[in-house]
Amino acid sequence: MNKALGGMARGMALGAAGLLAGLGTAQAEPMKIGMITTLSGGGSSLGIDVRDGFLLAVKQSGAKDVEVMVEDDARKPDLAKQIADKFIQRDKVDILTGIIWSNLAMAVVPASVRQGIFYISPNAGPSALAGKGCHENYFNVAWQNDNLHEAMGGYVQANGFKKPFILAPNYPAGQDALTGFKRYYTGELAGEIYTKLGQTDYAAEIAQIRAADPDSIFFFLPGGMGIAFMKQYAQSGLETPVFGPAFSFDQGILKAVGDAALGVKNTSQWSKDIDNPANKAFVEAFQAEYGRLPSLYASQGYDAANLILAARDKAGGLEDKAAFRAALKEADFESVRGAFAFADNNHPVQDIYVREVVKEGDVLTNRIVGVGLAGHANAYVADCKM
Amino acid sequence: MIERSRETLVNAVLAGLLLAAPLVATLLDEPFYVSLASRVAILALAGVGLNLALGYGGMVSFGHAAFFGLGGYVAGIAAFHAFEGSAFLSWPVTIGGSDQLLVVWLVAALVTALAALAIGAISLRTSGVYFIMITLAFAQMIYYLAISIPAYGGEDGLAIYLRNQLPLADSSDPLVFFFLCYGLLLLALFLSARIVAAPFGMALQCARMNEVRLATSGIAPYPIKLTAFVISAVITGIAGALFADLNGFVGPSMLSWHRSGEIMIFVILGGVGRLFGPLAGAALFILLESFIGGFTDRWQLLLGAVLLGVVLFARGGVMGLLAGRARHD
Amino acid sequence: MFFAFLIEQLLNGLQFGVMLFLMAAGLTLVFGVMGLINLAHGSLFMLGAFFCSWIAEASGSFWIGLGGGFLAAAAAGALIEFAVIRRLYDRDHLDQVLATFALILIFSEVTRWVFGDQPLYLDIPPLLSGFLPLPGGGGYPVYRLAIIVVGLLTAYGLYLLITRTRLGMRIRAGESDREMIGALGVDIRKLYTAVFALGAALAGLAGGMVGALQSVQVGMGEPVLILAFVVIVIGGIGSVKGALVASILVGLTDTLGRIFLPQAFALVLPVAEATAAGSALASVAIYLLMAAILAWRPKGLFPVNA
Repeated sequence: MNKALGGMARGMALGAAGLLAGLGTAQAEPMKIGMITTLSGGGSSLGIDVRDGFLLAVKQSGAKDVEVMVEDDARKPDLAKQIADKFIQRDKVDILTGIIWSNLAMAVVPASVRQGIFYISPNAGPSALAGKGCHENYFNVAWQNDNLHEAMGGYVQANGFKKPFILAPNYPAGQDALTGFKRYYTGELAGEIYTKLGQTDYAAEIAQIRAADPDSIFFFLPGGMGIAFMKQYAQSGLETPVFGPAFSFDQGILKAVGDAALGVKNTSQWSKDIDNPANKAFVEAFQAEYGRLPSLYASQGYDAANLILAARDKAGGLEDKAAFRAALKEADFESVRGAFAFADNNHPVQDIYVREVVKEGDVLTNRIVGVGLAGHANAYVADCKM
Repeated sequence: MIERSRETLVNAVLAGLLLAAPLVATLLDEPFYVSLASRVAILALAGVGLNLALGYGGMVSFGHAAFFGLGGYVAGIAAFHAFEGSAFLSWPVTIGGSDQLLVVWLVAALVTALAALAIGAISLRTSGVYFIMITLAFAQMIYYLAISIPAYGGEDGLAIYLRNQLPLADSSDPLVFFFLCYGLLLLALFLSARIVAAPFGMALQCARMNEVRLATSGIAPYPIKLTAFVISAVITGIAGALFADLNGFVGPSMLSWHRSGEIMIFVILGGVGRLFGPLAGAALFILLESFIGGFTDRWQLLLGAVLLGVVLFARGGVMGLLAGRARHD
Repeated sequence: MFFAFLIEQLLNGLQFGVMLFLMAAGLTLVFGVMGLINLAHGSLFMLGAFFCSWIAEASGSFWIGLGGGFLAAAAAGALIEFAVIRRLYDRDHLDQVLATFALILIFSEVTRWVFGDQPLYLDIPPLLSGFLPLPGGGGYPVYRLAIIVVGLLTAYGLYLLITRTRLGMRIRAGESDREMIGALGVDIRKLYTAVFALGAALAGLAGGMVGALQSVQVGMGEPVLILAFVVIVIGGIGSVKGALVASILVGLTDTLGRIFLPQAFALVLPVAEATAAGSALASVAIYLLMAAILAWRPKGLFPVNA
């Protein structure tokens, strides 16, 4: 509890330092970045991690002419849009970033990039922005929403499972998840269900799973839904192996899931044990700064900031937008994920790992056990005409 | 009479301030405050709609987000089909999209009127807390349907890439769009004032205070209340269409119960049954949200404290503070 | 096989309904006695879960945690009744809605401030972690059965409290004539505080028990709050019996709808479309139920003469 409070205070101080650094510069035009993210209410831990990772990278770079403004969207699309208007019209930002949820991204991104603002997504990657709705000023550092599910589909198929049961909430990201899974798992299914968004009791679904007698279970239930499902699944006595994307098994959430998560295989483009110098430095620095282990979301915020900083240095500032855009596209920065490039639709080409939940001492965490899909891009590249 | 003229003065000052803010902002080259003023005008318009049902008719609707969102979806869907060049309906008649504001408003008014007629006809059989909850239930139904139907984006909603247009003016200009919103707000306020003063409005207010007495004087309360409910919904629906065009976006969050609560808060915060109450309430709420949100992550705590303070210590809302208590409370 | 499946789903519906009853009982009592709409009831549910989780972790015992959650919610209820709620009894419903909505914002942010941003962990006690075999195969988690038992015992306890005790007599008197009971010398303020704290404690109990099944996080009370309102409106506001019947009705409708509607649609539609359409209809099933019941009986199933 105190740890969380301390982390918050440090996060705020860091933000202030970023601001002061921006103000105290002698150069003509500092680079202005507006971060819109979720800092209050239910999903706030994701936004806080993205923000902390981002600000850590800015601080480490020592750049004096970067001004980061952070504001809370409370997970409301129209508030996010209002803050975006404020950042663009009043504060004259060059770059927007920070949005966690796809529906908020859909409210903010299309209009912003059409006004010549760069949007660097540290999380949300809806298919609508990857295919026909792609844009040269929109870059996603995290993933296309389908990526982790596709990798899990491939992994389940490669490991000889013949009868998975799959479930997700009934909303676009949930439908994309199951579609993504089935894109790489082409065999038979024991069952496929859509649950209500925000549902917290899965007893009925678990009974249905038992009745269908599958050999594996794949689920995408982000946030509290996943915690509820995993706990209830563990209590149900079923022992069918469970697979899912990293969201329900990431560092921030694992403690709440508890031992129910032990041994579950999950897909992620990042893990704290990826063996490269940039990642080691990041994990150490993040722990030193905030007193907790970094999460997937923190790594995405950290990479987003490093991408922006590297591109700015390469293009020599943001005056020449075409040069900055080209530099972003080259993605010449030390990603904590190792190899990183952008596909033609400005979404990552990267390895998607399979991790397993393990205990290190008393702490639940993840360990890489394999690669789900190597050098994976996404299914929408061909639809994107830039 | 003194109280009366003080309220008129406060009303004029509020309307003047809302008009002056974007003009000054344009002079200072701060377009953000123009769109903030448009937001206030639109949400005030939604509140004016609810106020008619809630303030004058005593119908505490906890589901006005349904109409707000339906209006928004009309604008969004029309723009979507116009942008795609596809048809909304191809059988038995072909109905395509439209990027014309006047068409969008007309359709939004029709759709919300029909929805309100159906919802009102059932809901008005109940009263009191039952009415609050049944309107909430209808709004929740539409909310969940909007989330689970993928054709129009589901939970992700629909982006409106090009704002819907007017024949003569350029609606994508922030100031022009503000004048549109402001004009519609004034029109709705004028209409409300006329309705309330007309025999229909008298009957409506009488229905709020004592339904039996109204009935014994030979006027059936049900049709009066239903008509008021429909008018109220149409005004809120038009506000929803404007809101979608302002944001360039429509999504299920426009239909959520939080949104119903917010519209209700504008009305209560401003002062229930006061003509300009929704404007005062929406302005205060938006200013709080956009300015304290910039200072601290804990802004919702402050917002909660302010709202609580208003209810406990400023009965009659902002208008009660500025223009004295309402005449009949 | 199908029979066992059906029994299991009926039990699931019953368990969900009983949990809703614990929430709805407090709401309906508070409304019946004081005429107050309390939107912040969900926050008390959340508070119960947070305190249960926090105390359980500190003490190592779920049971101490559950007791702590119960007491903490009761204390929080008494506190807000004393500080805020009692100023709202003579106001109209609108002021009550706005004030208690403000309380939701305050509770959520203070909880986040005190307990941090991450969801908390709470597991079921080892004593209740087994299964009870069902006729026809399969097993049912003992913990969920325990929730059903606790809920039904609470319902019976409330019945005894209201019909057999002095406090219950006063509650009934308060429901039928508020002024008169004050005039007869009953300390109405203490009665109101007691009723409010009782309702809060039941919400906290529900929060603690459900916290072990789902995620203990800020905002967990809101979906349950809406459902609890649906329940008390269907049952007839102020009626504890109505709340019990309606909560089980809602629990069964929601659970069975979720499972069987997609399957029913699959008889006439391709599977993918049936799943989507069935799920969509299932998510609005309880609201349809409520609209239908209110259209038929505008004052709910067990109207209390107001």
